[in-house]
Amino acid sequence: MRTTPCGHDDGSDVIVVGGGAAGLAAASAAASDGATVTLVEREGHLGGILQQCIHNGFGLHRFGEELTGPEYAARDARMVEADPSIRVLMDTSVLAVDGDDDAFDVTLVGPEVGMAHMSARSVVFACGSRERGRGAIGIAGSRPAGVYTAGSAQRLCNCDGALVGRRVVVLGSGDIGLIMARRMTWQGAHVLMVCELASEPGGLRRNIAQCLDDNSIPLHLSTTVTRVFGHDRLEAVEIADVDPRTLVPVPGTERRVECDTLLLSVGLIPENAVITATGAEIDQTTGGPAVDESLETSVPGVFVAGNELHVHDLVDFVSEEGGAAGHAAAAHALGDADRDAAPTWVRVTKGEGVGSLTPQRLRDPADEVTLRLRVRSRMTDAVISIMSGDAVVKRVRKRVVVPSEMQTVRLTPADLAPVTGDLVVSCSEREGVE
Amino acid sequence: MSDVERREFTCVRCPMGCSLTVSLDDGVVTDVTGNGCPRGHAYGEHEATHPERVVTSLVRVAGDFRPVSVKTVSPVPKECVADVLAAVAATTVEPPVSIGDVLVPDVCGTGVDVVATRASA
Repeated sequence: MRTTPCGHDDGSDVIVVGGGAAGLAAASAAASDGATVTLVEREGHLGGILQQCIHNGFGLHRFGEELTGPEYAARDARMVEADPSIRVLMDTSVLAVDGDDDAFDVTLVGPEVGMAHMSARSVVFACGSRERGRGAIGIAGSRPAGVYTAGSAQRLCNCDGALVGRRVVVLGSGDIGLIMARRMTWQGAHVLMVCELASEPGGLRRNIAQCLDDNSIPLHLSTTVTRVFGHDRLEAVEIADVDPRTLVPVPGTERRVECDTLLLSVGLIPENAVITATGAEIDQTTGGPAVDESLETSVPGVFVAGNELHVHDLVDFVSEEGGAAGHAAAAHALGDADRDAAPTWVRVTKGEGVGSLTPQRLRDPADEVTLRLRVRSRMTDAVISIMSGDAVVKRVRKRVVVPSEMQTVRLTPADLAPVTGDLVVSCSEREGVE
Repeated sequence: MSDVERREFTCVRCPMGCSLTVSLDDGVVTDVTGNGCPRGHAYGEHEATHPERVVTSLVRVAGDFRPVSVKTVSPVPKECVADVLAAVAATTVEPPVSIGDVLVPDVCGTGVDVVATRASA
């Protein structure tokens, strides 16, 4: 037990907040560039959300094989734990990050350090995302037990060995909801249905086929849960058809479904509690901080990667992004002589058909730039166009683009050479022959 | 007299998610339509004749409420999935368990091992 209420602990060149896929990759990358790194993880295990994602399909791009979440996490965790220049603080929370540029004061609390201040020259935020809950979607009724977000139920089931219910309705056809519909079925529960507000499934078709169709679980599109019943425990939910255009429940279509569990899979939001307090500008469409091509936020020396930047669908790209942030954070911490203190910013903005986009600006587009975006709607035979005024910077053709799959476009220095002003990224279906 | 059958699948090989129709004659694939590419043809043929799945689940660890996660090291025939799940659910292992430990060898006579994907606490 420490005797001082708030001590000072040894600092690092780089502090990484969060030990999931993005944070592990960031720590390894920064250390490989010669920086001393402290990785701070709130939980008692490394790997973050991967530990509860026991299904397979992770790592196909990065490792060329399909791993389960815990296996994917273990590969990165072993590298971090074996690296002498990375200090890992488990069960430790970052409460605040003060200061700026290369003199940060990080306040943290945990069993090893007590409550302590730690100095750093760069900070990488990799805190992941939160699930939207019932409050965010406004379901009427009482407050019985048995209403869970899908990810909470997943953790209770896969990590803590607790099946949260027997007769289950899932609201939302996002991938976590679909995966959990299968998991609950495979653990012996009866999953009655998956309801989806939209007229198209939210998750990947692969998961519709292998999680729902394989297990004869019906998917009700343009349907939502309007009310929950039950005092101590959930007894039933009321579901109703919605108008596909207005998404408003249609009066007279309500029906009661007896169940003891409702799982909500209604979207993820980047976890920005601590980074917002640093003053980093937040992009309202991604829900995460606005960044440049090195994943640096509007606060110099503060970087962000993974689901805290924008919600991903493939962990392989989270790791890639974490690595990029780690390298950039190390360069900042160790002194980047080439860096222009007063750069000419190039804004990157969303054009037609693009729903969200990172980075939001380019500092010095001399290196390769990775754009990540989501389209607004499903398009076939599509073209992603990056324009600078009337000049075409790059065009990429795609057989199909869907909102549930993040698109990645790489721009080389040669692509960017003719850029004179802001970039506009748009996506549309190809018309006729070019 | 041959037994002609048509079956519908969603191709999962890419995000196109093509709706495949597979024609079978006495269990032999005679035609695949709706596919946008050769991978879809192969998927439809395989899915119609011998569909397979990797099974992931949980195995109890003696003395701990926290299970370890497991997987079949390769896909098992789809019709065996329920039996594999039952066999896995009926298994309790002694700690410690490391990633890759074989917890159920040759599960349900499929020739496929069930291995741990997470170490015990």
